[in-house]
Amino acid sequence: MGFLLRRGLAALLLVFAVASGALLLAQLAPGDYAAQFGKTPAQIAADRHRLGLDRPFGQQYAAWLKRSLTLDLGESFQYDQPVAALVRARAANTAVLAVTALIVATAVGIPWGVVTGSRNGAIARMLRALSLLVLSVPPLISSLALLTIAARTGWFPVSGMGGPRHLVVPTLALALPIAAMLERLQSQSIGDALDRPSTTAARARGIPESRVIWRHGWRQSLAPVLAVYGVIVGSLFSGSFAVEIVTSWPGLGLLMQQALMTRDTNLVAGCAVAGAAFLAAGILASDIMLAVTDPRMGIESMS
Amino acid sequence: MKLLAGFVLIVLLAPAIAPYEPGRQFPGYQYAPPMPPRLLDAERVHAPFAYALHAVDPIERRYAEDRSRRVNSFAGDAPWFLLGSDAFGRDVLSRVLIGARLSLGIALLSTLFALILGAGIGAAAAHAGGWIDALLMRLADFVIVLPGIYVVLALRGALPLVLSTSQVFAAMVAVLSLVGWPTVARGVRGILIIERQSEYAEAARAVGASAWRLIGRHLLPATRGFLSAQATLLVPAFVMAEATLSFVGLGFAPPTPSWGAMLHDAGAVQIAADAPWLLAPAGAVVLTVFLVHASADRSEPSSAPIFRNQVL
Repeated sequence: MGFLLRRGLAALLLVFAVASGALLLAQLAPGDYAAQFGKTPAQIAADRHRLGLDRPFGQQYAAWLKRSLTLDLGESFQYDQPVAALVRARAANTAVLAVTALIVATAVGIPWGVVTGSRNGAIARMLRALSLLVLSVPPLISSLALLTIAARTGWFPVSGMGGPRHLVVPTLALALPIAAMLERLQSQSIGDALDRPSTTAARARGIPESRVIWRHGWRQSLAPVLAVYGVIVGSLFSGSFAVEIVTSWPGLGLLMQQALMTRDTNLVAGCAVAGAAFLAAGILASDIMLAVTDPRMGIESMS
Repeated sequence: MKLLAGFVLIVLLAPAIAPYEPGRQFPGYQYAPPMPPRLLDAERVHAPFAYALHAVDPIERRYAEDRSRRVNSFAGDAPWFLLGSDAFGRDVLSRVLIGARLSLGIALLSTLFALILGAGIGAAAAHAGGWIDALLMRLADFVIVLPGIYVVLALRGALPLVLSTSQVFAAMVAVLSLVGWPTVARGVRGILIIERQSEYAEAARAVGASAWRLIGRHLLPATRGFLSAQATLLVPAFVMAEATLSFVGLGFAPPTPSWGAMLHDAGAVQIAADAPWLLAPAGAVVLTVFLVHASADRSEPSSAPIFRNQVL
């Protein structure tokens, strides 16, 4: 259990460091929330005092830390609501988008990679070229392109949140580049696995080729693919930022952008905490998955 | 490397290739569709030409080809929009070409600085060892694990919102290099630690080379292959980062033609649906990234291109 404890501590440290960094950067930014409106200097000073922005940064930071230990992330200046509630609602939206996209990316990318890695016909070559192309389309552009298609054809709603049909455009935009990434990795990994002597032995025993590929080769090729899921959580986040803004999906990315633009310090830090927590959880989950699937990487040896 | 040199050439030559001034507005030609070059008319083959456009419905911005009038060059009275025109009647092609200066320029310069910064920090860590090494590498790990675009966003958010074009350029280069260095530093450190045990390093030390001369003259050249591989990761990531930042309004402001700023103009749903040619800069981004991926794939097929998009 030393492994889990150490990884858990590292995750907490990540959340703490990200939140502190976000607070510091928001502090360094010129101007603050109170000074943004056409108000008299007296009103600005009063607002600063009310929001606690007139105290030195060290005090503000200490107060924030003390509150956040009790899971109280303060009030958002612009929404006049507790940050925790706001962030929770928006983070749930991002999670829906990210998890759906991850499932779609896995369902598309893994079989895609197994095909391109184990065959060498014209179709496999075409699929390989296609993945290189898809890999070159960042989520910002895939979402713009899908949005344009959806708007011209009217097949799917183009923005906002609603029923499952609203999920199609943002999910695909987010999932496609990640599917291509998984394809590249799975392709290479299964290629390596099929070169191993154990595969030759399986073929020699007369096991049909498709079974060799899907049962023997695939299972051996899983470890490097699973290892990358920790990193994918990061790119899901980066990607969902662009996708949320293009498709007006009310998630964490959109909230963070608004908070940054309006210098809503508490909200920036709250978003950073939520994002870092997601990230840490994703990395932790991927570590555990890896330790469980690969017997050589016993949980004890992975620290 | 040839490809990167080609990008530099585009950056330098863009004003000469662009058919029109990027800011020139043609009154009465708002949202004009692309005018593809033709070689054939009813009778015979001609030099490339296009039919002039005339507005069928000036309010709805619908245009039709006027078969009686031809456009033969970019110098004539009637404009020739190879990729259509935007909301102000500006030539999209010219703006994409001039936009390449900013978008590719930022990507190339930031890559250069990220490589220099990364190599410097990596060399310092390898040389110093001990707690300095540990500290620098933990810092690198920390930056690597964060989703890059948020770090860029937060760093950019710490700067004033309204900046002049050259200030935005400098700010973006600074912010992107600050996000790009860690993978470079890790790799350089690793290579230096292995290389300094080799015999040629031993020989250099034996003839009395100082530590910095050993690193600068003998060891760093060994990282050249790694650095050029890193460059093929960083350039596409930075092109995408510029596009994203300008798209969300934290990069270049609208009249400036960068790819991201142009996408910002095209980004409203109805505009992109009615005038899809305004997405031309998206095509430019994809083409750039694809060319870099494809060339890197050919030159070193063994290195997996998976982490290409992972930098940011």
